[in-house]
Amino acid sequence: MLEFMEGSHAVAEIVKRCRPQVIAAYPITPQTHIVEDLAQMVANCEIDAEYITVESEFSALSACLGASAAGSRVYSATTSQGLALMFEVCFNAAGMRQPIVMTIANRSLGAPLSIWNDQQDSISLRDSGWLQFYAEDNQETADLHMIAYKVCEDHDVLLPAFVCFDGFILTHTFEPVALPTQEEVDAYLPAFNPYQRLDAENPLSFGMYATPEYYTEFRYEVDRAQYRAKEAFIKAGREFGEQFGRDYSAPVEGYRLEDADTALVAMGSICGTAKDAIDEMREHGRKIGLLKIRTYRPFPAQEIADALKGVSTVAVLDKNISLGSGGAVGTEVKAALYGSGISVYDYIIALGGRDVRKRDIAAVVDLAEKGEGDMFYGLRTEVL
Amino acid sequence: MRELRIHGRGGQGSVTAAELIAYAAFEGGAFSQAFPAFGVERRGAPVQAFVRFSDEKVRLRSQVYEPDYIIVQDPTLIGDVDVFNGMKAGGIAIINTEKPDFDSHVPEGVKVYTIDATTIALEELGVPITNTTLMGAFAAATGEIKLEPLEHALRRRFSGSMADKNVRAAERAYNQIGGAA
Repeated sequence: MLEFMEGSHAVAEIVKRCRPQVIAAYPITPQTHIVEDLAQMVANCEIDAEYITVESEFSALSACLGASAAGSRVYSATTSQGLALMFEVCFNAAGMRQPIVMTIANRSLGAPLSIWNDQQDSISLRDSGWLQFYAEDNQETADLHMIAYKVCEDHDVLLPAFVCFDGFILTHTFEPVALPTQEEVDAYLPAFNPYQRLDAENPLSFGMYATPEYYTEFRYEVDRAQYRAKEAFIKAGREFGEQFGRDYSAPVEGYRLEDADTALVAMGSICGTAKDAIDEMREHGRKIGLLKIRTYRPFPAQEIADALKGVSTVAVLDKNISLGSGGAVGTEVKAALYGSGISVYDYIIALGGRDVRKRDIAAVVDLAEKGEGDMFYGLRTEVL
Repeated sequence: MRELRIHGRGGQGSVTAAELIAYAAFEGGAFSQAFPAFGVERRGAPVQAFVRFSDEKVRLRSQVYEPDYIIVQDPTLIGDVDVFNGMKAGGIAIINTEKPDFDSHVPEGVKVYTIDATTIALEELGVPITNTTLMGAFAAATGEIKLEPLEHALRRRFSGSMADKNVRAAERAYNQIGGAA
């Protein structure tokens, strides 16, 4: 049944139903309503969790890491500078193989100070070992949390995950969302069964120091787990589809790609605007499609190459910039399509909350079809 | 799909108005979407909030540039802000003002309803917060939402006598515009 609610509230409601045992957060700007709502749910005894308020984001994720190692299902949410402050703990959480799920309300990073949306925060942690899933709308955001727990806790995976949804554009938007009942979530997501945990009776060490003889193999194991996570995601997405009728089994999802000459590639809420723009362009006989990337980590290079096989031109929309190189997604899409003969262009767009309209999407397609790309889109040259 | 842009000043409840109008539309069977123009909240600064109404799932995430409807909460905005900017021909504007002959260029084909929502709000609520009053006017002027789901939206948000007062304010505006529409 559809209910009308704010994106952040939908996330809090679904997290509640995922039954985390420990929630730790630093509830100050930059944050979202998610942890506010969860704090209230814990205070109201709607959720049987320990809620730890801490003095910084570094401590929030550290508390989650410890609680996870002790065998609890844990949750946190953050954004922007808050995630930046977690940088060190993020690498530790992945290296220690703790299946933590954290919502990222994507926002830009300073300086200059900006509270608005882009995807620089989570993209900047692409090498940390966390899985990264991106949602197009608030329904997908809510659903991906259930899938994330299932994938992370899979004993073939044992990695933490970001569920990313665009700050403000989704977090603060009210729209209809279907939330599964507690019983339905319980049927999909079994109780956390830790592979190993801190236990005084059976002592183990986590986060040990590794000499040069061992460090590489630890990193190799995390890398292998990322690849196995793709299979786990496909399986968990398919099971989700069978139970709830919404299928997220595809790491990438095509929209009107079948006969497309030019394909856009994007992640997150911009995909919705792109779909509307594509419908309008198609009414004018233009053969345009979209490839939405749902799992940025693990990066679905083979799926991207397969999905874009028939197109001649690709335009990647990057809401981030790897300064001195180009957009992070564009760079990896180019690598995935290397040797295919497809022209791939990258566009840095929508940084720091700059709004994207359908006509902007159409303008990017025009640029790509003229062979102009690898650029910042819509630069205000008058202020440079 | 139809689009609404609400103009107000920080503290006047424009974001709440967008949410409650969209909720009423959702309850009436539409797929609706409500969101603010994201910014740094400052009391008194010009703000905008948006609603989309559709029979299908709304995918579009940009702000509203070519509205079918506008609501102007504060008459002092006219002149400071081009509230009519981009309005579609055949569009409907609901403007809170005590001066029906307010001085502004209204684009061709736009139907304007004026209402002294501040006086209604002062009489019914005791405060010059006009958002719920203007929701009633919007319902009557556009037919996009019905009075009953609007009442549900108000009672979901407010409780007790505060809910009753807001419903009365919305109903007064609804009846006043309903007579004029």
